[in-house]
Amino acid sequence: MATATGTKPWGKFALFGVASAICYGWLFLHLNDKEMMVLFTRKEGLFPLLPVIAAFVFSLFHGNFTGYFWDVVGIQAKAHKPQPVVEEIIDEAEGSED
Amino acid sequence: MEGMLIDLTWQNVTFLLIVGFIGGLVSGFIGSGGAFVLTPGMMSMGVPGLVAVASNICHKFPKALVGAVKRNKYGQVDVKLGVFMAATAAIGMWWGAGVQQGIKATYGEAGSNLFVSMAFVVVLSIVGAFVLRDAMNIYRSGTTDSHDEETSKLAKWVQSIEIPGTMVTFKVAKVRVSFLFILPLGFATGLLASTIAVGGFVGVPGMMYVLGANSLVASATELVIAFIMGLGGTIKYAMGGFVDIRLAMIILLASLFGIQLGAIGTTFVKPYVIKVVMATIMLIVAVSRALVVPVYLTELGRMGLDAGMQSLLKNASFGMMLLALAVGAFIIIGAMIRGHREYAVTA
Repeated sequence: MATATGTKPWGKFALFGVASAICYGWLFLHLNDKEMMVLFTRKEGLFPLLPVIAAFVFSLFHGNFTGYFWDVVGIQAKAHKPQPVVEEIIDEAEGSED
Repeated sequence: MEGMLIDLTWQNVTFLLIVGFIGGLVSGFIGSGGAFVLTPGMMSMGVPGLVAVASNICHKFPKALVGAVKRNKYGQVDVKLGVFMAATAAIGMWWGAGVQQGIKATYGEAGSNLFVSMAFVVVLSIVGAFVLRDAMNIYRSGTTDSHDEETSKLAKWVQSIEIPGTMVTFKVAKVRVSFLFILPLGFATGLLASTIAVGGFVGVPGMMYVLGANSLVASATELVIAFIMGLGGTIKYAMGGFVDIRLAMIILLASLFGIQLGAIGTTFVKPYVIKVVMATIMLIVAVSRALVVPVYLTELGRMGLDAGMQSLLKNASFGMMLLALAVGAFIIIGAMIRGHREYAVTA
């Protein structure tokens, strides 16, 4: 939601956008191609890993693309304060209780 | 297996994209959401029940991964707590699946559906009302701006119990508790996940009120649990050949836009808003599932509703589940816009 103040990551946005478009272009081209899609439901050998691998590949490209998408449209996280140092709190608690 | 793959129309795809986006937005914000609409939604398209469940889980784990990575950048994820919870949740899920199979074998499909609906109604009513009461107390106390949420009495007691050899420190959550308290909590999360497919409705409130994690960390850590359990579930269903990759990836297409936005939203809102959204969704879903209880009782021969009334109740129930997601998304976007305005004024 914060307005981007630095340089927007257009290069990475375009790169992952193209990769994501290739993945989804392939999927939509074969949307009702049962012979192709049935490969992902085969049970023998290593075939059950196909849907898992596909999910990882799609999430890698499309996940990065969607992240950069919100960056380039100017919707970014609020600059957050660094987390308080918790080790001291925990060490203190451990020291007093043990 | 080819017979399990339905022909997808553009209407189907559009429905999956819309629900996927809203479900992703809610998941990015409260750690879970969407599954309770997506599974019955896919089944209404003609997708077999097991394929709908499997495809939903296959979209859930990469979505949770992307959300967890995003929220980890904001310092909200306790990976260690997520792994501990997921490990114990796996036991609950395994046991819950056995209970489900036993009920189905004894009482049939209608008995199983009745059990699931009653679990929804009982658990979500109790937990949802508790979370809502807490959110209202925070609102009334005028401490909504505080990022330091008050630790519940139960969590203070849990944290005060020292059992040698079982104590674990979770640095991001800022809690040190005995592993023996995580075990039943993770078990309950897995049990609920196997029953209603949304374990986060117990996991997130459990991490907040039993362990003492704040709502931001609890909701973000739930994404780690969802990733681990979703990955395991996907492998299990893929081995049975039940995953329709088209359905999973179409939902993912929109849900990743949503989950990124929901995660960004957590940095703008007051933490108690997470509790408001979670409680609102849980209570509407509880009412939604209560509506179909008479339908299943009729199928079991315990009531006598006519076909028209049964159809009306089923449609009303599904409509209320869509409403639950839409209301959740509406509160999130409203809170994000208000948070952004306040940030713009103070920045």
